[in-house]
Amino acid sequence: MDRLALDVAHLFAGGLVLVSFMLLYQDRMFGLLNTFALHALVVSLSVAWQAYIQHAPHLYITAAIALVVKAFVIPVVLHRIIVRLGIHRTIEPVVGIGLTMLAGIGLVALSIMVMLPITAEAGTLAREDLAFALSVMLLGLLMMVSRHNAVSQVIGFMSIENGLILAATGAKGMPLVVEISVAFSILVALIVIGIFLFRIRERFDTVDIHTLDQYRGERP
Amino acid sequence: MTEPGDYLVRAILIIPALAAALLALLPDDRTTARLNVLGTFLTLAAAVGLFVARPAPGPFLIVDDLNVVFIVLSTFVGFTTSVFSGSYIAHELEVGRLTPTYLRFYHAMYQTLMFAMNLALLSNNVGLMWVAVELATLTTVLMVGIYRTPAALEAAWKYFLLGSVGIALALFGTILVYLAARTVVGEGLDAMAWNVLVERAPEFDPALLNLSFVFLLLGYGTKVGLAPLHAWLPDAHAEGPTPISAVLSGLLLNVALFAVLRFKTIMSANPGALAPGPLMVSLGLLSVVFASFMLYRRHDIKRMFAYSSIEHMGIITFAFGMGGPLANFAGLLHMTLHSLTKSAIFFCVGHIAQVKGTQQMADIRGLTVSHPVLGWGLTLGVVAIVGLPPMGIFMTEFLIVTSTFAREPVLAVLLGLSILVALGALLLRLNGLAFGDPYGSSEPAKASFVPVFAHLALVLAAGIWLPPALVAWFQHVATRLS
Repeated sequence: MDRLALDVAHLFAGGLVLVSFMLLYQDRMFGLLNTFALHALVVSLSVAWQAYIQHAPHLYITAAIALVVKAFVIPVVLHRIIVRLGIHRTIEPVVGIGLTMLAGIGLVALSIMVMLPITAEAGTLAREDLAFALSVMLLGLLMMVSRHNAVSQVIGFMSIENGLILAATGAKGMPLVVEISVAFSILVALIVIGIFLFRIRERFDTVDIHTLDQYRGERP
Repeated sequence: MTEPGDYLVRAILIIPALAAALLALLPDDRTTARLNVLGTFLTLAAAVGLFVARPAPGPFLIVDDLNVVFIVLSTFVGFTTSVFSGSYIAHELEVGRLTPTYLRFYHAMYQTLMFAMNLALLSNNVGLMWVAVELATLTTVLMVGIYRTPAALEAAWKYFLLGSVGIALALFGTILVYLAARTVVGEGLDAMAWNVLVERAPEFDPALLNLSFVFLLLGYGTKVGLAPLHAWLPDAHAEGPTPISAVLSGLLLNVALFAVLRFKTIMSANPGALAPGPLMVSLGLLSVVFASFMLYRRHDIKRMFAYSSIEHMGIITFAFGMGGPLANFAGLLHMTLHSLTKSAIFFCVGHIAQVKGTQQMADIRGLTVSHPVLGWGLTLGVVAIVGLPPMGIFMTEFLIVTSTFAREPVLAVLLGLSILVALGALLLRLNGLAFGDPYGSSEPAKASFVPVFAHLALVLAAGIWLPPALVAWFQHVATRLS
């Protein structure tokens, strides 16, 4: 594999980590949605590049799904839901942005330190890709725990999924990647439909999941 | 591909899929509940047939000694639960908690769940297994939220988020397993086929396997409901329709545990890899200790039995973590008996909650007086689940604790004490629920008691006399596992 192909693959994967950091400090709903669309765009470019350098045409399907569903459909739908439910105020983080960013840097360092030594045999492409993918996943988890807002949590989950797709396409020749990405898209679509159909606002007056906690069913 | 075994395997998958499609299309009618029962019965018949004819493993599906046990158990409880579900749902329609449209949806989802669980158990491909577990998660999420009360929606949402993160972690673990296998087996389907993985596991890179197992254990462990990843479980059990609680506790937790066991076998086959046992032992023990103390503070009857499920999944995980033919044998048997007992308890609880109109234990009293059959069914079930003789669970818990004593006395003491703590909590609550002056509505229950007592009779029979053929089969599987 020539040098350029690798460098471009790493550029996209690294870019994804960067966009994950951008997701962490968004404090407006619409800003968050736009950043997520960028996240999905980068992942779809990355998958398309993998499809090209691995000569694996079926990966183009995964790239197309990521592009259409996650970079366009879901942000647009979420945008409409947010407008309809009137919840486009600022997002209140649980911990300060600075602290979250520091924790994020720590997580990226951790995943590089974990992945690089043990994947020595797995080939250069998979090595860095996996380290980046784990970083993206951990940053997504960090986002899910550091936000109380249902929409932010969904976006955090979808960024974890993008990280997984990056890992799956980086694992050269992995079967069923397309099927898995389709299964994941269904999951994500259902989550989004869930927000809308369940009309969390209608039931709880807010999408702040703290309010949900009062329905613990443990009234004495 | 013309062996009889192939037809059976196809039938196990196609019947639920077909039934799901039919039930989604058919207009609401009394026949749909019967069709649901018929579908699960035919699946059970096909599953039992696997004892006779077994197909050769293919790239996607496999039938081996281990998963036959799970499949037969799963289809059996699926069948009895559908019988219970018939009478349960009839009542829900009567009181208007479910509308006919939702009923259609419910039945279609029930069969889809059966399909997903059978696929997860039958799959030879670790990626396919992951897709099936994900599908099972989705269908149960939809069913947990079916009543659309705030509490049900919160439970569904919580289950959704935690379950999704869990299966996301499991997928990462699966990718790592593929990477470990790829350098040895080569690219393609073989590197994800379970039978190939086990065979070639000694050559895999131990470091990659170690990391993958951590992700897989945490990921699928979330679905097993192991503490501290259990937060979704009590809510999902308490707020969904009771047949779903029965299927969740009795079957879906097993399916997730089955996935963990599959990967544990790969880990144990590699001499350089981390021993998976201690990790499973500590998670299992933590769940048992935690759940047994949490049992004391429950007010909701379904929630209480959900915590009891966490406890028992902890015991089973602990037993498999200890390993060795005896502990594995006890673990497998315990899993089977727990599925039967817990679903029987949920059948009773479902009817009890319907006649009393509440799930709060403070408002349910004197059941043996007001509803003798239901009350005694529940009493028997609780006696079985806490592990009192002569029920089968006594025997398996005894086996697990004594076999642990020989190897790790401290752990055995901890486990034994926690089981006693749980026994105390459940008997304390049972006393209030079943005995004393009746309280609340005492109109007769329109219940189906056959599934309840069929399950309990099996559990009792297992405690008194296990057929030698069954013992030999379980022993064989237990040795294969260790």
